[in-house]
Amino acid sequence: MRYFCGIDIGASSAKLVIVDETGRVVGRALRRSGVDYALAAEHNLAEALAAAGLRREDIARSISTGYGRDNVPWAHGTMTEITCHAKGAWHHFRRRITVIDIGAQDSKVIHLDDNGRRVGFKMNRKCAAGTGAFLEEIALRLALNIEDLNELAEQSKKEVTLGSFCTVFTATEILSKIRAGEKVEDIVKGAFRSVVKRLEEMDSPDGDIVMTGGVAAHNPCLVRLLGESFGRPVHVPPDPQLTGAYGAALLAMEHAAAKKEPQPR
Amino acid sequence: MTTQAAPPVERKDFEATKKMKAVMGQYFKELEQGSQQGKKTAWCTSVGPAELLRALGYNVYFPENHGAMLGATRMATDLIPLANARGYSPDICSYLTSDIGSYLKGQSPLQKMGMSGPPRPDVLVFNTNQCRDVKDWFQFYAREWNVPCIGVHTPRSLGELDEPIIEDVAHQIRALVMPLEEIAGQKLDPAKLREIVVLSRRCTDLWKAVLETCANIPAPMTFFDGTIQMGPAVVLRGHPSAVDYYETLLAELKQRVADGIPAVPGERFRVYWEGMPVWGKLRDLSIQFASLHTCVVASTYCNSWIFDDLDPDDPFRSMARAYCRLFICRSEDAKEHYMEEMVAKYRVSGIIYHDAKTCPNNSNNRYQMPQRLEAKLGIPHLVIHGDLNDLRLYSEEQARTNIQAFIEQLAQK
Repeated sequence: MRYFCGIDIGASSAKLVIVDETGRVVGRALRRSGVDYALAAEHNLAEALAAAGLRREDIARSISTGYGRDNVPWAHGTMTEITCHAKGAWHHFRRRITVIDIGAQDSKVIHLDDNGRRVGFKMNRKCAAGTGAFLEEIALRLALNIEDLNELAEQSKKEVTLGSFCTVFTATEILSKIRAGEKVEDIVKGAFRSVVKRLEEMDSPDGDIVMTGGVAAHNPCLVRLLGESFGRPVHVPPDPQLTGAYGAALLAMEHAAAKKEPQPR
Repeated sequence: MTTQAAPPVERKDFEATKKMKAVMGQYFKELEQGSQQGKKTAWCTSVGPAELLRALGYNVYFPENHGAMLGATRMATDLIPLANARGYSPDICSYLTSDIGSYLKGQSPLQKMGMSGPPRPDVLVFNTNQCRDVKDWFQFYAREWNVPCIGVHTPRSLGELDEPIIEDVAHQIRALVMPLEEIAGQKLDPAKLREIVVLSRRCTDLWKAVLETCANIPAPMTFFDGTIQMGPAVVLRGHPSAVDYYETLLAELKQRVADGIPAVPGERFRVYWEGMPVWGKLRDLSIQFASLHTCVVASTYCNSWIFDDLDPDDPFRSMARAYCRLFICRSEDAKEHYMEEMVAKYRVSGIIYHDAKTCPNNSNNRYQMPQRLEAKLGIPHLVIHGDLNDLRLYSEEQARTNIQAFIEQLAQK
């Protein structure tokens, strides 16, 4: 049996998936990217190999993706997270979909046709609005853990609108909401709605929406709000935070099948 | 395929480039020595009435060329804030703000070429066919040095180039003659004007032929090469040295086509660049595209110095027609039609739009053109957000990922 590895070094977290020849996930790992991407990749690989009971030489081919994709010395090739998230999402749904990936630093809207071919994509502009970084900033301003946002938003009974585009000015706006006596849970839900609005402005979806990435993984409330806003079904694949790494592993398998020689680094 | 960056591609420099350095060096030397030699200096916008100015014996200086130098040398980003602090918004033309910042700080890339800096003008001559910013830019110096600032106000968003519009613009150019004669201290010689228009037309015909060599597969030159090679077409149209230069370059390119020497070894994809260059990132972008085996074969920007309309037998009206046909001052319909022609001529499989934050007039992705053309032509597009000169508005990582992802999309089976 041959195995294939995908590693996604994002701005916030490093994700790794090992699949077997059938595409089944046999190992995975996730940790903070930190400042040494190569080290994060190395630790993830060791962890996933150990969990799967594999040795390094069992990996026939690997592909790295994400912002740190060029910092994985042992990867045989690189592909962008746009291609990898699309591949990972398509594997689960196999129909015309729009993939929305909210990462720590950027958001992407990716259009796939009925055959899984990418027909277009958009990334956010040079602005953190509508990304995980926005939610991190809001959590900081409200003295909350990022993990607690979803539970709070679920408790909200009132719409609080945050109107600013800019993350920093939204934080200022939040101060005025606090002064006005608005409840924290309503402000958090308002922040979720703000993320959804930024995504709505980016592009128009086709078909069902598939959400991937860490924000979708940890915030079902935000996923629901997004579905309401777009007025169409929103699906979340298993382990959405690992979708990019999973797609990279599937692409590594495809490339090996196509007998592509590893490219020198 | 993976689109992993291949090792940097070995590129053979163009032989002609050595000659260009001499040609451009001579041009700047003449600018520097102009006043000592009794020559008057006119500043001119890039598609202003340069032929008329040359016919009247002026040395012609193009501040947009200086703006591009400030961008390419990455001096701009440090200089722009100085102009911002004087009331020129960070949202307006960053050629303007970097040039004025350069003046305020007394720093210019021209100093490395043995010049003291931009030459002092005797007159500033604009054409608003590009934007209003060029006039605002020139008026700053007019106030600063108390010199006349005159020009042509060209209508914008032009569809058909109707006769009344051409007649109006031609009339405005004719109206410049008297004040320019006065400053020059000489009368316009129609025979001289004719001679200059002949040279200008010859230059533009050669420049067009140079660019059209890239319709070949593989292309012998990239857009990034073009932004450098266009120097003489920008600053020396109407001068014999530009004609001489492009005859040399064209011969070299034709030979490269005949020999099958590509600009991008292993050319797999051909794309079109719409919008301004990102001057401070030309090299990085050139390397990235080459590593992705992608040749940016054509651009509206380089094409903007093609003036098919110039006619020595009808200089004023033909100058008016040539300046009005400029892509930047045309209607959306006219621009779209033009883009369709370019896509077909250069056989590109994708269009990249540069949304330059401080140049709304030359960012053509903002009124749905990419979506309309994509639907019509069936080829995908990518928008890169950045700027011509202000690198604070450019995200290296986002641009890099967007470009790689776009080529991955083109590479799909």
